[in-house]
Amino acid sequence: MNDLIRSLVEAFGPSGFEDAVRDLIRPLVEPHADEVSVDAMGNLIVRKRAAGENPLKVMIAAHMDEIGVMATHVTAEGFLRFTNIGGVGPHTLLGGRVRFADGTLGVIGADRNDDRSAIHPLSKHFIDVGATSRDDCPVRVGDAAHFERPFVAQGHRLTAKSMDDRIGCVVAIEALRRLPATVPHDLYFVFSVQEEVGTRGAEAAANRILPDVGIALDVTLTGDVPEARSMSVRLGDGPAIKVRDSGMIAHTGLVRLMRQRAEEAGITHQMEVLDGGSTDARPMQVAGPGCAAGCISIPCRYVHTPSETVDARDVEGAVQLLVAVLSNPIEL
Amino acid sequence: METFDLLKRLTETPGPSGNEAAVAAVVEELWRPLVDETAIDRVGSLAATKRGAGPEPRPTILLAAHQDELGLMVTRIVDQHGQGFLRLTNLGGVDRRHLLGQTAVVHGREALTGVLGGLPDSLLPEKARGQAYSYDNLVLDVGLPTERLRELVSVGDFVSFRQPLRRLHNGRVTGKALDNRASLAAVTICLERLQGRRHTWDVVAVATVQEETAYIGAYTSGYAHQPDVAVAIDVAHAKGPGANDSELSELGGGPLLGMGAEIHPAVYNALRDAAKALEMSVGVEPNATGRGTDAYALQTARAGIPTGLMLIPLRYMHTMVETADLNDIERAGRLLAELIARLDDTFLPDLREELMRPDKRKDDSQ
Amino acid sequence: MNELLRQLTEATGVSGAEKEVRLLIRDLIADHVDEWSVDTMGNLLATRRGTGESDLRVMVDAHMDEVGLLVVEIEGNGMLKFVTVGGFDDRALLGKVVQVGPQKVTGVIGARAVHLLKSNEYSKVVKRDAMRIDIGAKNKDAAAGKVKVGDYAAFVTPYEESSAPGGRTAIGKAFDNRAGCAALIELLRGERYPFDLVAAFTVQEEVGLRGAEVAAYRVRPDAALVLECTPAFDLPNEKDVSPNVALGQGPSIYVMDARTMQDPRLVAHLTRTADAHAIPYQIRQPGGGGTNTGAIQRAAAGIPVATIAVPGRYAHTPTLMISLDDYDNVVRLADAALRGLTADIVRR
Repeated sequence: MNDLIRSLVEAFGPSGFEDAVRDLIRPLVEPHADEVSVDAMGNLIVRKRAAGENPLKVMIAAHMDEIGVMATHVTAEGFLRFTNIGGVGPHTLLGGRVRFADGTLGVIGADRNDDRSAIHPLSKHFIDVGATSRDDCPVRVGDAAHFERPFVAQGHRLTAKSMDDRIGCVVAIEALRRLPATVPHDLYFVFSVQEEVGTRGAEAAANRILPDVGIALDVTLTGDVPEARSMSVRLGDGPAIKVRDSGMIAHTGLVRLMRQRAEEAGITHQMEVLDGGSTDARPMQVAGPGCAAGCISIPCRYVHTPSETVDARDVEGAVQLLVAVLSNPIEL
Repeated sequence: METFDLLKRLTETPGPSGNEAAVAAVVEELWRPLVDETAIDRVGSLAATKRGAGPEPRPTILLAAHQDELGLMVTRIVDQHGQGFLRLTNLGGVDRRHLLGQTAVVHGREALTGVLGGLPDSLLPEKARGQAYSYDNLVLDVGLPTERLRELVSVGDFVSFRQPLRRLHNGRVTGKALDNRASLAAVTICLERLQGRRHTWDVVAVATVQEETAYIGAYTSGYAHQPDVAVAIDVAHAKGPGANDSELSELGGGPLLGMGAEIHPAVYNALRDAAKALEMSVGVEPNATGRGTDAYALQTARAGIPTGLMLIPLRYMHTMVETADLNDIERAGRLLAELIARLDDTFLPDLREELMRPDKRKDDSQ
Repeated sequence: MNELLRQLTEATGVSGAEKEVRLLIRDLIADHVDEWSVDTMGNLLATRRGTGESDLRVMVDAHMDEVGLLVVEIEGNGMLKFVTVGGFDDRALLGKVVQVGPQKVTGVIGARAVHLLKSNEYSKVVKRDAMRIDIGAKNKDAAAGKVKVGDYAAFVTPYEESSAPGGRTAIGKAFDNRAGCAALIELLRGERYPFDLVAAFTVQEEVGLRGAEVAAYRVRPDAALVLECTPAFDLPNEKDVSPNVALGQGPSIYVMDARTMQDPRLVAHLTRTADAHAIPYQIRQPGGGGTNTGAIQRAAAGIPVATIAVPGRYAHTPTLMISLDDYDNVVRLADAALRGLTADIVRR
């Protein structure tokens, strides 16, 4: 699975610019789908039809986009000022590297800071692409970049810049491969766009599909590092079944069902209550007449930094849990 | 049923946002004898349909009152020398200043009653001293050893507050979850009054879910039922200690009619005219953003729904001692029934004209 | 004098109370559209049929509402307590003239005279909670005869133009977004497009893009264009920073704001069109803010959208300034871009 993960996490895909990621995923899922389409916003929608009568429509969403930056100004000396695409913390910037869609690499510097323990706001950082003036700068205002960081695997731990949420895409792709030829539900795997800027892609996709059941695949924070936030999720303790986050309270029947399937299949799992953040499950829940929404989370340390870290066993568990949920009856 | 008894049943049933099933069951029991059919949808909203006497196809009015209340949720189970404590987070806009010393129930494998407690200032981290307790410093203590607690309670279990409904003087009552069970009581009274009254429109009364967190039930019910008119029923701040702003209403001065961008003027006018017909004085509550109640979500469902808003004055909102006046609740129920009974064939054509009818200028006639 | 801009900006239409603007626009477009309707929120939707050469259905949005005030209480002394509707800086309110309610009762927002201030109060901002509208009423009853709780108040600013050499400008209120409304009306009055064009004059943009949300759901176009007035912060600044947009530099094209990543295919179409027709344009500095694209893009099953805006200085105050050249170029660019819009640009 690591080769798949590497190819996805190293691809270029800030919110709104997901084309390269979609082009990678499409050929991987086509052999397992009855229908593949791309909608107006760029969501990749992969349908696998049900075998039986009156099937439930189940939407599974993993977002393709990642956080990034966008150039807002080129200085007279050819440096770039920039703004954030999605949740970029200023403490993750200095000394980092970004890459633009055309391959241009930039190094992030910051205005002089006399107080070494203080962090500049994002607006006091700049990108140096090696230009010397506005004229020879290859980047224009409005160009987007992503953070540059190679994938690393050490034992079970996997570290990369956009585990959020390419690892969710990996879980979806793996589940598609492993699902039996016939499934009892109409499955819509949505590789969504623009999650990091407000779960926008999944909203449009859910409005089209109007699912009965919605399952997001996304990363969640952990409470297992020094002086961590008060949270029970730990890396390596299995996929987390989300009960709530700050944008959504999961359907209690779906939560119960996920727990039951995990227990039946002997999948190590944990329960998640997250203060802060949300996922594509939120727009799915309110789409049309409403759907039973929930989320299978992959625990992830250092979310929204260039070194997002997950545990391969949790990823494997998430795939198994998703397959168990989708290939069995869903009674809510 | 006496309004007090009705409210007592409704408020004492636990139903924090996302966990409204117990309330839905009570509401269904109350409404089923009064309507033609009831159904619970995918997100947990209860919809009760009472068909009108007019010829088909009949227009529909939807009444939306949310059934969820504030609550807490277990985030961690913490061990201290073998004793288990629950760390919590909020469900909805809980006022943390009120939590210390309350009892609450955690709904695990079984319902367990516990105390919301914290350490005294002298033992708290310096930054927390003299501050309202944060969730980092509060525990729910059900008095069980960790091992037993872990068998019975899991991360993600919900916690409801406990508070029996009590009578105060002057027909006032106090308890938890009057936001928004007071409105569910008003809708119940409305449905009762419609038993003896002819109405031509279909009525869909909905007890919505997750209003306190995201108006989930209003969005989905508005979409699903596609009513011709919707009215949300909720609570509004009344004057009280620490809240004497001149524009706030008086307890007992309700109900109030919402005004603002989320309100269709023709629905507002219909509510006002119904109040006039009853010789009932009502207040108004202007709202610049439209946010705050199910009306906000109902208005933009599908291609838009003409929406109105009725509000019941309430003191100490989002606490365990919410205080309301029974008269306001009964009047709200009567006003809703009057509104519905007055809806006729002319209402919708007139409503459609309202937005293009030039405002009368006094100087036009001069 | 641009009569469209004058009429439109001098009309009042605070979010939630757009009727006067809606009626005015209906009168201005009725002879130029094939049909029009008003939905339950008050959006005015008008269709100008195409020549039949293209089966696309394209929506162009311009919001009718403006920021303003809402009366929440008439106090015993006849003063009106208010809250703001839409985004405001408290400092923009003091010393302004307003019109209250459908009767357009004139009122002022005053404060204690400077002579009576203590020296430490000179730079203190008066908070809006402490301000009142004074309509000259002696007491509550006298005021209640003229205005009522729930009335909206809008600023009074007559429209003016200046044609000083090198800068055709206009000042007035509510260019955000009557400038967009005026531009859209001009499009409706021009030659037919190859496709059906649905003009959506929408309500409640300033309180959360609410009108456009239901309009887009109803219309379900293949593509949408939003015409706006975007705040320009191109005042003197010694630092080496870009102004987000600058007056006189042409229509501003959005790439990213707090609500939307604009559709890159449409953004490219706009810049290509501008280059081909030698129309100046500027890329609005990516960042905060938001337009109706935020609601339209996600409506129904997703809609490709882009925004063209007239830069306007001093947005969300009673007096804005725009360049009339920018305005004319917004009309030209929107028109040219629509005429060149083909299915292969927006369909996948």
